[in-house]
Amino acid sequence: MARQARQWRVGAAGVAVLGLTLTACGGAKVGDSSSAAGGSGSSGKCGTFNLAVNPWVGYQVDAAVVAYVAENDLHCKVTQKDLKEEIAWQGFGTGEVDAVLENWGHDDLKKKYITQQKTAVEAGQTGNKGIIGWFVPPWLVKAHPDITDWKNLNKYASKFKTSESGGKGQLLDGDPSYVTNDEALVKNLKLDFKVVYAGSETALIQAYRKAEKDKEWVIGYFYEPQWFLSEVPLVKVNLPEYKDGCDADLEKVACDYPVYDLDKIVSAKFAKSGSPAYDLVKKFNWTNDDQNVVAKYIAVDKMTPEAAAKKWVEANRDKVEAWIK
Amino acid sequence: MAAVVEKADTPPRVEEPPKQPAPASRARSAGRGMVVGAVLLVWLVLFAVLRGKQTLTLAAADLTDLHRWFNDVNDSVGANRNSNPLFLYFFNEIRLVIDTLVTFVQELISQPPAGRPVPQIGWLGVVGIAGYLSWAVGNWRVALLAVAGFTFLGLQGLWQESMDTLALTVSAVLVALLFAIPLGVWAGLSDRCNRIVTPLLDFMQTMPTFVYLAPLTLFFLIGGASATIATVIYAAPPAIRITAHAIRSVPETTVEAADSLGATRRQSLLKVLLPMSKRTVVMGVNQTIMAALAMVTIAALIDAPGLGKTVVQALQSLDVGTAFNAGLSIVVMAIVLDRVTTAASARVEEARRSANRFLQWRRPLLGAGAAVTAVLVYMSHTYLWAAEFPGDGGVGSSVASAADTATTWVQDNLSGVTNAVRDTLTNGLLNPFQTLLTDSPWWLVGAVLVALGAVLGGRRSGITTAVCVGLLVGTGMWSDAMTTMASTVAATVLVMLLGVVFGVWMGRSALVDRVLRPSLDAAQVMPPFVYLVPFLALFGATRFTAIVAAVVYAAPVAMKIIADGVRNVPATTVEAATSAGCNTWQIITKVQLPMARGALTLATNQGLIYVLSMVVVGGLVGAGALGYDVVAGFSQGQLFGKGLAAGLAIVLLGVMFDRITQAAARRTGA
Repeated sequence: MARQARQWRVGAAGVAVLGLTLTACGGAKVGDSSSAAGGSGSSGKCGTFNLAVNPWVGYQVDAAVVAYVAENDLHCKVTQKDLKEEIAWQGFGTGEVDAVLENWGHDDLKKKYITQQKTAVEAGQTGNKGIIGWFVPPWLVKAHPDITDWKNLNKYASKFKTSESGGKGQLLDGDPSYVTNDEALVKNLKLDFKVVYAGSETALIQAYRKAEKDKEWVIGYFYEPQWFLSEVPLVKVNLPEYKDGCDADLEKVACDYPVYDLDKIVSAKFAKSGSPAYDLVKKFNWTNDDQNVVAKYIAVDKMTPEAAAKKWVEANRDKVEAWIK
Repeated sequence: MAAVVEKADTPPRVEEPPKQPAPASRARSAGRGMVVGAVLLVWLVLFAVLRGKQTLTLAAADLTDLHRWFNDVNDSVGANRNSNPLFLYFFNEIRLVIDTLVTFVQELISQPPAGRPVPQIGWLGVVGIAGYLSWAVGNWRVALLAVAGFTFLGLQGLWQESMDTLALTVSAVLVALLFAIPLGVWAGLSDRCNRIVTPLLDFMQTMPTFVYLAPLTLFFLIGGASATIATVIYAAPPAIRITAHAIRSVPETTVEAADSLGATRRQSLLKVLLPMSKRTVVMGVNQTIMAALAMVTIAALIDAPGLGKTVVQALQSLDVGTAFNAGLSIVVMAIVLDRVTTAASARVEEARRSANRFLQWRRPLLGAGAAVTAVLVYMSHTYLWAAEFPGDGGVGSSVASAADTATTWVQDNLSGVTNAVRDTLTNGLLNPFQTLLTDSPWWLVGAVLVALGAVLGGRRSGITTAVCVGLLVGTGMWSDAMTTMASTVAATVLVMLLGVVFGVWMGRSALVDRVLRPSLDAAQVMPPFVYLVPFLALFGATRFTAIVAAVVYAAPVAMKIIADGVRNVPATTVEAATSAGCNTWQIITKVQLPMARGALTLATNQGLIYVLSMVVVGGLVGAGALGYDVVAGFSQGQLFGKGLAAGLAIVLLGVMFDRITQAAARRTGA
């Protein structure tokens, strides 16, 4: 008992001494300043806006700009959720995602969530054109200008050989997120190439970056808009032109990829909610150049997405006004 | 992906090997070598004849019926989510409980709760608690480490992200232990339970997280609950295994003594078994924490807040510096938590053995410490300077720019050499071996595997191998599995080479051990992509890059286990050899390595399993095959079934390798 009492006394003394010394130096208290700032957060009818952010810089840019406008002009509470595409679409049904801002085709997801489960609806195009195809580094085009025609690819096939391609030329396929017809294309265009799966956008970009720097032979699957093109302007190889329906049978496809009109998808519930954020999403529309500028702020100039969005919005007030009219 | 800082002194699953008389064993192992040689020879001959036939290849976009069926099941679950009673009354309830827990911990240390601009406890309070707890359960040295480590997180400019990660880790570890320790005790007491649980744990540990991440968010929605559950699935198995191992290692005589004194089952559990295995159980907690931290970047893909998000976002624009800075935070946190739990388990041991003379001072000191901590917590709750970490994270930006400079230098100056190394190894070793595996008829490779399993591990492991081969064919991923197996074996050989060289070096010199160990820990918990970006520049998107990634991750485990084995060779034996005139080389090859044979086989086993856990990461950097299938299945809805099948194939490869090496380890004896 006695020892316990002593222990308490020590403890109490410690608390008192520390408390006195530390409160003396004081400082701003938590909550002091919040009453002033609290006013802007609690405004009216917009409520919470759950925005999915898919993992690539172009999308991050769209999300940053839309979120900035929604917060500052419409006074919504924007929750950005970092999700892969499939999971984001799944979120429409569970009510955790209101909008996807940059959808690349994804007919499989549209069929599943718009036609079958009816949990999502389309909300128009973003104005961005998605171009998918085979790209080569610029030095290669300068040295061999005829390489941009697919008919000449076999001539150079041996130059593209690597340790992975089993004696043929290597066609580097990348991000598993996008549908690729490349294996069928190589077969049907009778190209002496083998598709090698790099497996991620990171791996692809590194391959191109090094190819341009060290003058190496690389041909691969890439797409725009993409921030990396402002660092190394890759050149697209022309495959046989895309015509409606030429990719209907994936076994026999022998033409280029279509140009995707990137579009926006929202949850069915959000579309009916009457939220001003929905109108913003629906009206949101800009060009590839707009997106590339903001993407460059983030990827090359290392600005935070918020700062990049602020910079663009302030410089392009007229475009933003059209979205929130 | 998977990071378990393996503690070599408590191997999770090595049963006591039956002792065999040495001469007989030597004769038998020579005979086994002959048989293995013969099997390989027959394989080569038949390969030459049958090359390219019945290889079961499947193109990247092709599906089998099984894959389509997996797709259908997944779709129907998604479509019926809102009407199914299982969801309404079971999964939703679980989600609610776990969400509440996660939100509670987050609001305590990382996220501002409603009505407050900052979390309940600010940085000063968290640092205080970390220091106090470390001192209370460990010693003053780890307490200093904890305080320094946590302060460093703030200086890096990543305080909130770190606390988000810590909150998620703490919640996941709590939930994991809630299940793991009772289950582990049960598996330790009952052989039947152990037999049922073991394959389940293998499954949980080797099934790539990417496979079940999307379905998890369907069951438990996006957010804290899903991230926690994904982490628990991966992090609970080590605690279960080690707890079971601890209970089993209590000497039988002790339990018998308790029984003969008339102790009931319950009494002998609570008064004998649990107290005596406490130290090892704490090591299990340590392993669970490390495994949970390894999930940080993966959980970020389903919106789990924290350091993982910083890493993932930085890598979208290939910003290695920022990613490295965040990765370093994860490493620092892992090292602090590892050292504190290790010290805690040592303290348990000490406290059991001796009454320290400082013990009488300990209680009042603990009381005073608690009081100081309480004041710090109160202040960080009340004052802004103690709540938000001061400064602008200047240390973080210097770390980031230093990492950037180093990466650029390596990329600019080393790539000529690395290409030569890559091409030699790939064309000389990997390609022929892979061709042998993928271009032989499936039944031939299957027969060879079963034969090797039976020769090396005995009849039972032969049967297990046969079952695994059959199921592998069933997944429809045979050809890809063989490609992955070729790279896996190549990586494991490299891991063992490095493991032996560095393990022996570390085992012979305590200084080397102390210098190397932190970098080994770092290699295990640093998110792989941070160092993979420069590797990609050096080696390109190739299988070789994937192998290097696997070696970086798996070699530390092998080194630690082998170092421990070498250190455990009795000093008297080494002295005897020295006085008999052996030189250093002879001591290593004739005495230390042969006597550490048990450690060598354990290292091979763990090395293989760790290499397999990197298969998916390999798929992201050019390895193709099963790893790519899993990633593609995660990214594209129509490939979900194929990704699941590929995940199953990885599990099957893991089980097969594990059972063969373990049975072989039992046979060779220690």
